[in-house]
Amino acid sequence: MDISNYLYLSAILFTIGAVGVTIRRNAIVVFMCVELMLNACNLAFVTFSRLHGTLDGQVASFFTMVVAACEVVVGLAIIVTMYRSRRSASVDDASLLKR
Amino acid sequence: MTSSTHLVYLIALPLFSSALLLLLGRIADKWGHYVATAVSATTFLIGLSEFFAMRSREGAARSSVQTLFNWISVGSFKVDAALLLDQLSICFVLLITGVGTLIHIYSIAYMSHDRDRRRFFAYLNLFVAAMLLLVLGNSYLNLYVGWEGVGLASYLLIGFWNERPAYAVAAKKAFVANRVGDIGLSLAIMIAFAQFGSVSFDGVKAGVPHASTAALTALGAMILLAATGKSAQFPLQSWLGDAMAGPTPVSALIHAATMVTAGVYLITRSNFIFDASPTARVLVVIVGAITLLFGAIVGTAKDDIKKALAASTMSQIGYMILATGLGPIGYAFAIMHLLTHGFFKASMFLGAGSVMHGMNDEVNMRKYGALRKAMPITAATFGLGYLAIIGVPPFAGFYSKDKIIETAFNAGGAKGWLLGGAALLGAAITAFYMTRVFILTFTGKSRWDDEAHPHESPSLMWIPMVVLSIGSVASGFLFNSGNALVNWLAPVVNSANFHSEKELMKPIVVSLLALAVVVLGAGYAFLKYRADVPVVAPEKVSLFTKAARRDLGQDDLNDLLLVRPGQALTTALVKTDENVIDGTVRGIAWLVQYLSYSSKKIQNGYVRSYALIMALGALALVATIWVVTL
Amino acid sequence: MSLLTVLMLLPLVGALGLFAVPGENVKAIKSIALGSGIVTFAVSVLMALRFKTNLSGFQFVESHSWISSFGIRYQVGIDGIALVLILLSTLLVPVVMLASWNESEGGRWSSRTYYILMLVLETMMIGVFAATDVFLFYVIFEAMLIPVYFLIGGYGRGERAAAAMKFLLYSLFGGLLMLAALIGLYVTAEGQIGGTFDLTTLSHLQLNSLTENLFFLGFFIAFAVKAPLWPLHTWLPTAAKSATPATSVLLLGVLDKVGTYGMIRFCLTLFPHASHTFTPLIIILSLISILYGAFLAIGQRDINGLIAFTSISHFGFITLGIFAMTSQGLSGATLYMVNHGFSTAALFLVAGWMSARRGSTKIDDFGGLQRVTPVMAWMFFLAGMSALALPGLSSFVSEFLVLVGTFTRYPVAAIIGTTGIVLAALYVLLTVQKALHGPTTPGNENLTDLGLREKIAIAPVVILLVLLGFYPTPVINQINPATAQVMAHAGFSDPLPKAGK
Repeated sequence: MDISNYLYLSAILFTIGAVGVTIRRNAIVVFMCVELMLNACNLAFVTFSRLHGTLDGQVASFFTMVVAACEVVVGLAIIVTMYRSRRSASVDDASLLKR
Repeated sequence: MTSSTHLVYLIALPLFSSALLLLLGRIADKWGHYVATAVSATTFLIGLSEFFAMRSREGAARSSVQTLFNWISVGSFKVDAALLLDQLSICFVLLITGVGTLIHIYSIAYMSHDRDRRRFFAYLNLFVAAMLLLVLGNSYLNLYVGWEGVGLASYLLIGFWNERPAYAVAAKKAFVANRVGDIGLSLAIMIAFAQFGSVSFDGVKAGVPHASTAALTALGAMILLAATGKSAQFPLQSWLGDAMAGPTPVSALIHAATMVTAGVYLITRSNFIFDASPTARVLVVIVGAITLLFGAIVGTAKDDIKKALAASTMSQIGYMILATGLGPIGYAFAIMHLLTHGFFKASMFLGAGSVMHGMNDEVNMRKYGALRKAMPITAATFGLGYLAIIGVPPFAGFYSKDKIIETAFNAGGAKGWLLGGAALLGAAITAFYMTRVFILTFTGKSRWDDEAHPHESPSLMWIPMVVLSIGSVASGFLFNSGNALVNWLAPVVNSANFHSEKELMKPIVVSLLALAVVVLGAGYAFLKYRADVPVVAPEKVSLFTKAARRDLGQDDLNDLLLVRPGQALTTALVKTDENVIDGTVRGIAWLVQYLSYSSKKIQNGYVRSYALIMALGALALVATIWVVTL
Repeated sequence: MSLLTVLMLLPLVGALGLFAVPGENVKAIKSIALGSGIVTFAVSVLMALRFKTNLSGFQFVESHSWISSFGIRYQVGIDGIALVLILLSTLLVPVVMLASWNESEGGRWSSRTYYILMLVLETMMIGVFAATDVFLFYVIFEAMLIPVYFLIGGYGRGERAAAAMKFLLYSLFGGLLMLAALIGLYVTAEGQIGGTFDLTTLSHLQLNSLTENLFFLGFFIAFAVKAPLWPLHTWLPTAAKSATPATSVLLLGVLDKVGTYGMIRFCLTLFPHASHTFTPLIIILSLISILYGAFLAIGQRDINGLIAFTSISHFGFITLGIFAMTSQGLSGATLYMVNHGFSTAALFLVAGWMSARRGSTKIDDFGGLQRVTPVMAWMFFLAGMSALALPGLSSFVSEFLVLVGTFTRYPVAAIIGTTGIVLAALYVLLTVQKALHGPTTPGNENLTDLGLREKIAIAPVVILLVLLGFYPTPVINQINPATAQVMAHAGFSDPLPKAGK
């Protein structure tokens, strides 16, 4: 099987994720898109690991997963707090940093 | 060369007294003028004693030097503050202190009603000190200090009544015109140092034989420029008429007898430069000839007695400048005319002051007439001065002017005819306008204003006038008897070794010719002004008279060429500075501000746009790496 | 501790002393400040007396390691040029304190702050002329901006904040270029002789012509901003119009001299070849400054703006003299720095008194002052005469030396420069005519003449203007050996007389 197909898939997933982050306003969806991008990266890591026959890529993907897990913990907590305080999960409402 | 220890008092005394009167202020109001006059008289006595001491010495020992201190010394530029009294400068010392003292005495009465009389005398003393420094300095730089010092004194005195804006403007004009001339003196000193490594008269004289023609011509031309400024010669003559704004004794002392002749002194002092540069001499005679005619023509149309006399001064100095351009003998004749002119012109100016004193400061000659009965002494002294200036033998002006005309003819060839002709024509016009002045003022019918009550001036005023008019009668004969002055000056200007080779006419022919044109000029004026003179100057006059009334357009020309373009340039530069140069700076500041305001818009607070920018950034980064590694 | 360091510390001690007095006691604060200014001046005179004229090199040297990892030292020492400039500074500080006795009140901050700023500034003024470590010089050069910034911005008039900002940004811009060149110089030195900022050591550095030119420009532009040379001058009129008279005096009288001093001390010493390369350009800029400043001065309506532009014209003469590379030009330029300090001080102080009494700085608002306030009018007239370099007053000697020195090498430049004397006569006499002559302008009838305090303050300046005109030798003798050394190091000698025997 041609290994480049995995890379294409990874790129497509990453792009979908990136587009989602920039155009969606619901914080949960944005969050999921970020996860999608992380997983696309993981796929690329694993593919290259396979390609080069080393374990480096797989190790890296584990790190990514751990980081992603941490991110979920913090990120979800923030989203929930935001939702509680202003009854909305839209990221556009949280533009207070401008000032 | 004798060394002297008391030359400095000539300058220090009046300088000190001037400072004293200015610093003490009102305390000195009661006695300040006596101190000033006494100091001036003392300097005259010192001058006299120096003169007799000089006469008792022989040859090179006649000139004496006093080195005071090392003034400026940088690298090879070494200038001492040193004074030189030789046969040339003693003439000036006696003229300045002698006429100066007489005018001090005159002013005691003339200025008696002025609340600032003390200040006036302080300025007069300042002038005497500066003028003495001018003629005593032993280097061009020392001379320069005196040169500007007299300029300052002249500025202060022209603007003495500066509450009147016109007088303040006249003072400024005089100073600025003089400064244009000073460019010449500054550059002359620079050329001298660059060429000879010295700015003293001796040093320059020693270097002249080694210098190139071009350098000498430049040096001569710059000295001439300086002289035209100070001596009101063409093309820097326009200030002298306005300078009559000053009190009349000032016009007599500074703007007739002494300061304005400083240019003649400078050229005579620099005789070794002009002797070595024929081109510079040509420039000198051109300036002299133009000015002597210019001043004479302007003099014919002036109704203001002081301005008529000022135009005459300009013209007479034109004669002197012309003479200095005619070689070694010319210097001596120039100085002779300068000295006789000092007597008769000062006498006439004081006479004019006396007339004004009696006529409520009226200066318009059309409102005078028949004053000889009201003020006989003034009329007599003025009349003697008048006879002297038009050159009637045996009065002073006859000897001195006649010599200049003769020397001009002796220049030979076309040059001789031209210069001699100009000098003769000048003599005719002089006779015309001076006769006009005399007739308008002292003879004919009275045309006085109703409130005018002319009276003879007090003795403090007429005694100086009498003394000066004795000078106008006798000085020419004295200077000329046995070539006394020519021989006296010979060691300085080489006038004794002079032989005229190309005599166009015999001296006696020239004298007769001169006398003939004088009779013609005076006779014409007599016929013209013998009848009634209108009190208001007629408007319908020839184009020539109109031009002469406007000083032949000298102010219009200056306005057109210098003043207006200067003002336009100033305005333009002020705008440029605000808009272009500072505008560029402010533009940069504005640009920075604009850029930061526009980039501030990116920071809109929306997470997704930050994410987009981040993505684009990452993309750009990848693209860069890709391009670089390709 | 060298006398020089003591001299630098004295004003600081005075500034500390000000804290011991309660803030309400303004009179005591002023007296202490004035006292320490006078003591500093006395000590600087003592130093001048101990200064040995004919010794070459720096005197009163003191050197301690400061930042040893970069070879930066606290290193001070003076030669004749620095000596006369330090004397100028220490004299002007007490003079302006006395002259503007009440200026500190009515500012944004207290009187105490005002005098602390002024005394700190004095320390830096001494330090900047004394520093022989290039880095130390740079630090003081930049640090001096701070007190001046606050003095203009806090105690000035009109748009003082904007003027202070403009001044600061201009100077920082120049300073940054100098810093870049300084770092470059250090790096180059590290490769050749080991990292050092010592001026004497650095002056023997071998540089290739491109780097030398770049370093020269870095230093020169910083100095050309300071000593404003056309076209980098526009901060000066703005600052002069907004600053108090005392600040203006110190700014134009002393701080701007740091620029011209730096050109001699650093540009000529460190980069002689580049100085030579850029001479034509600098001479042209100087000539433009002379004429441009004069024309702009004629066109000014504000009396402080007028003085600022006359100074731009005079700075043109100073740079002309420096880059003429003759001993007359260099000594004349140095003397000019001193004389210009005194003549500008007199102009600004008298103009300040005039404006304070009239409540306006417009020249046209004065008029007929000679009749109303004769002493003040005389002082203004004298200061004006020295600005137009009347022979017999001090500026003449320096201006003439500059022109003579320039003429021997660059005659055309000297001729163009000489025409400036006519323009100088115009700008001074026009102002004199408008402000002092003519009928008394309505509203001026009751102006008061100078009081005793003001007369005492202006007296030393006026006396020096006259004295140094007739007898400049004491100052010239201090300057000559130092300028001769600069000339010798830069490899220049005076042109010989052309018609030599």
